[in-house]
Amino acid sequence: MGILGMKSKSKATSINKIVTRRAFIVGGFQFALLAGAVGRLYQLQVLDADRYKMLADENRINLQLVAPLRGRIFDRFGLPLAENKQNYRLIIIPEQAGNIKVALKALSRLLLLSEYEQQKIKKEALLSKNFLPITVRENLSWREVSRIEVSSPELPGINIEVGDSRYYQFGSQAVHLVGYVGLATKQDINKEKDPIISLPSVRVGKNGIEKHFETKLRGKAGSRQVEINAFGRVIRELARDDGLPGDDHVLTIDMGLQSYAMSTLGDESAGCVVLDIHTGDILTLISSPSYDPNMFTTGISQGQWDLLLNHPRFPLTNKAISGLYPPGSTFKMMVALAALEAKSINPNTSFFCQGHITLGDTKFHCWRRGGHGTVTMESAIQKSCDVYFYEVAKLIGIERIGEMARRFGLGNSVGIELPGEKGGLVPSKEWKQSVHGTPWQLGETLIAGIGQGYLLATPLQLAVMVARIANGGVAISPRLIQSVYRAGKIIEHTKKPAQTMNISPADLAIIQRGMRQVTNSPGGTAYKARIQNSKYLMAGKTGSSQVKRISELEREQGGYKNEDRPWRDRDHALFVGYAPIDSPRYAVAVVVEHGGAGSSVAAPMARDILTEVQRRDPARKESVRKPFATLPDEIKKSYGYPVAKKS
Amino acid sequence: MSLAGKHIQRDLNFIERVFKINWVFIFLICCPASLGFLMLYSAADGNIEPWAKAQMIRFGIGFFLMLGIAILDFRILLKLAYWFYGASIILLIAVELLGDTAMGATRWISIGQVQLQPSELMKIGLILGLAKYFHGINFEDIGRLRVYIIPFFLILLPAGLVLKQPDLGTAILLILAGSSIFFLAGIRIWKMAIALCLVIGIVPVIWQFLRDYQKVRVLNFLDPESDALGAGYHILQSKIALGSGGIFGKGLMQGSQTHLNFLPEKQTDFIFTMLAEELGLVGALGVIFLYMLIISYGMFIGLKSSTQFGKLLAMGIMVTFFLYVFVNISMVMGILPVVGVPLPLISYGGSAMLTLMLGFGLVLNVWVNREFRIGRRPNSILPHSNI
Repeated sequence: MGILGMKSKSKATSINKIVTRRAFIVGGFQFALLAGAVGRLYQLQVLDADRYKMLADENRINLQLVAPLRGRIFDRFGLPLAENKQNYRLIIIPEQAGNIKVALKALSRLLLLSEYEQQKIKKEALLSKNFLPITVRENLSWREVSRIEVSSPELPGINIEVGDSRYYQFGSQAVHLVGYVGLATKQDINKEKDPIISLPSVRVGKNGIEKHFETKLRGKAGSRQVEINAFGRVIRELARDDGLPGDDHVLTIDMGLQSYAMSTLGDESAGCVVLDIHTGDILTLISSPSYDPNMFTTGISQGQWDLLLNHPRFPLTNKAISGLYPPGSTFKMMVALAALEAKSINPNTSFFCQGHITLGDTKFHCWRRGGHGTVTMESAIQKSCDVYFYEVAKLIGIERIGEMARRFGLGNSVGIELPGEKGGLVPSKEWKQSVHGTPWQLGETLIAGIGQGYLLATPLQLAVMVARIANGGVAISPRLIQSVYRAGKIIEHTKKPAQTMNISPADLAIIQRGMRQVTNSPGGTAYKARIQNSKYLMAGKTGSSQVKRISELEREQGGYKNEDRPWRDRDHALFVGYAPIDSPRYAVAVVVEHGGAGSSVAAPMARDILTEVQRRDPARKESVRKPFATLPDEIKKSYGYPVAKKS
Repeated sequence: MSLAGKHIQRDLNFIERVFKINWVFIFLICCPASLGFLMLYSAADGNIEPWAKAQMIRFGIGFFLMLGIAILDFRILLKLAYWFYGASIILLIAVELLGDTAMGATRWISIGQVQLQPSELMKIGLILGLAKYFHGINFEDIGRLRVYIIPFFLILLPAGLVLKQPDLGTAILLILAGSSIFFLAGIRIWKMAIALCLVIGIVPVIWQFLRDYQKVRVLNFLDPESDALGAGYHILQSKIALGSGGIFGKGLMQGSQTHLNFLPEKQTDFIFTMLAEELGLVGALGVIFLYMLIISYGMFIGLKSSTQFGKLLAMGIMVTFFLYVFVNISMVMGILPVVGVPLPLISYGGSAMLTLMLGFGLVLNVWVNREFRIGRRPNSILPHSNI
């Protein structure tokens, strides 16, 4: 028993020893493992802490772009042509609204919401995160805003947000100048480095000044650092940089004159440019018919767009800078000047016009069937005698004519600050050979002598041409931008240096005299369209450029009257002129597509416009009278203008 | 026999038992639990709802459960050990048949209002069963292989059932806890080595049984940053949270990773990450130190027991506790794959809390009855005896 007890005790002892030993082994093992875990903790929280801190911040901090205010566009007197108008948007936040169906029903009592709109919003709510706002309606009227604000306690999750949208006060009257804005296309986004344009609230210039000065108008994007959670919800704003609003552009345009000229052109398919002949300021630049750029801001329907695109008079084209027309008789000054400079003829050299001239077996007709009889340079311009200029052109050749035309700004783009300007065409022998592969014909020189044939010019080029005649041969360049403001300070004052063209003043005086007689002497082609007020007298030149060749048969039958032809076959009516005649200041060019005769269609328009511009006399007024003085303080402030504190 | 019998008769009365309860150990347990309440309060952005309050109530219930078990008659424990094991197995089978399925796994069983996770109870049941089995083993028989056949199946049966749920983490923990009892009981080292080799051999077989999401978890563990927004997201975000906490942490309720929801399951499996993010290395080391104290003290209690059953029971429970701590911490730090093991006493969860308190009750009971000796065969279940 004792032995057994001893034995049992020793057995128990030895098993206790084993268990104790093993317990220590297990304990040690546990400690070793936990020590390993501590080591890992040290690695993460001490050695790599900085890296993980950075990653944590990357997780939680999101940099959001803040769209800058787009620079505005003003006319020379500070009238806003393009501005940012606050736009009231109705939004719904599904998370706060609770039951979206009920919310929309409550809302539809205050606002007409179609079943389709409601369905669209519900669908959108299903697809997007429930804390993100959904736009219910844009451009709310004040009535709608106040109605919703009053009942806002009963409309949880429904808010009114204020955004900015582009507004063009003068709509269609300045669209070809100002252009319009729209959402950036995929190509825009790929091409541009600035990420701001991919924001849904940002619009980019699609045409006109808005397009040409896009980067300057856009401004510098601001940024917002926000803390977000794992689902992308913004928790709070950490930092904010408002960026820099876009530059304000002040144009040389006189909007009052522009509107007047617009109504003068009416429904005609026409282009018109008014220039200050000394500074090159473009006071008016019109393409008719026009369209309202505000359509693009609110979103244009496919139907409206198709209508614009397929309109027979191409409202989308800026005819003043992209429309190419044979200058017709308005080109005759160039031929005359080239001849005088070449001394091939003197001003008194006379030719006899019997109604046509024959070259080989081709007859070249004068516009007047019976002919003008004996004409000198002045009377040839006054009466626009074609035969005289056939003869002169034949005498001096195409190269001299072309050279003179190019000096006056034809044949090359004048470099206006608008997209889509065309350069026109002044042909030469070399050009004919390389483009058509056939040698120049003398007959083509004759046609060029009356501004027909290959010659093409834009209304802007014609205005520049006549301005350079009127200002005594100074090569002014037209300009559209008068000054640029950044944060209320002028940063740019555009002045294009003008050089003399070395044209003999005596030669120019002869041309000017001829042009005066066009409108002021009986027998002048535009005598009927003269300005009768002696203060405002104008000089000018008519032009009717043929679009369709008139056959001998038609000529014999007398059936080539414009009124009898379909619109597309009628002549383009042109007029270029300047005023006042004694100390010229303003030049105008009017081109009416298929308008018929320049004397009866274009000249009266030019007369009205030149009268109006002299009456207004924008060039002699202080052009920018503190352009923003009339705007309310909070708007001025938003552009960084110093605002006087109210005491 | 007579010696053993003499010890059996040394009974403690109720009052004596209450006074023998180890209040130091209880205090140690309360420390991480309180820290847990604080973290759950922080996880809810400074609210005791929804987590902290519920956790406190569970801890309170568990506390009294622990005390109740601590003063139970030691013999009742020994007697009921197999019954408890059996009941746990039955519950596991019941889960398989009529449990609730959540996220592709069937782990829960609803009894009225209460949801129970039988795999949690199984952890205690397995230790009780194995402790009782080895308690009854003759010292000479420890060296024999056949002695291990029954306990082998005692482990394999619940592990297999849990794996089928499927709950890979718990299954592995059961096997590890069981093996550690084998080891503590005195199995020859070389036999353990052979078993280890066998286990390694089985790995490819187990791989076949794994569900896809489990395979993904293991693969992601091997290279978490390769798929930062996919399944490796949790590990990566957890590491970012831990690392960005630095030495002193971001402060309570200031953890950006946690409060901006970059961290998944912040109140349950990833609560250690949140703690380390908000309280920093200092807080994390403090928690680990507390766990080490509890484990050491628990192991010490086991060693103090006069009976093999008491030793294996207390130490088995402490090993299980250790395994939970280690696996959870390693998992959130990216040392081990994400297997869904909570951090004991701190993670939010009822079943785990009750199981833990039950286990601590048993450890305390071992302490109370540490001088109580009990024979190998109060009612022998051995196939033979050489005495």
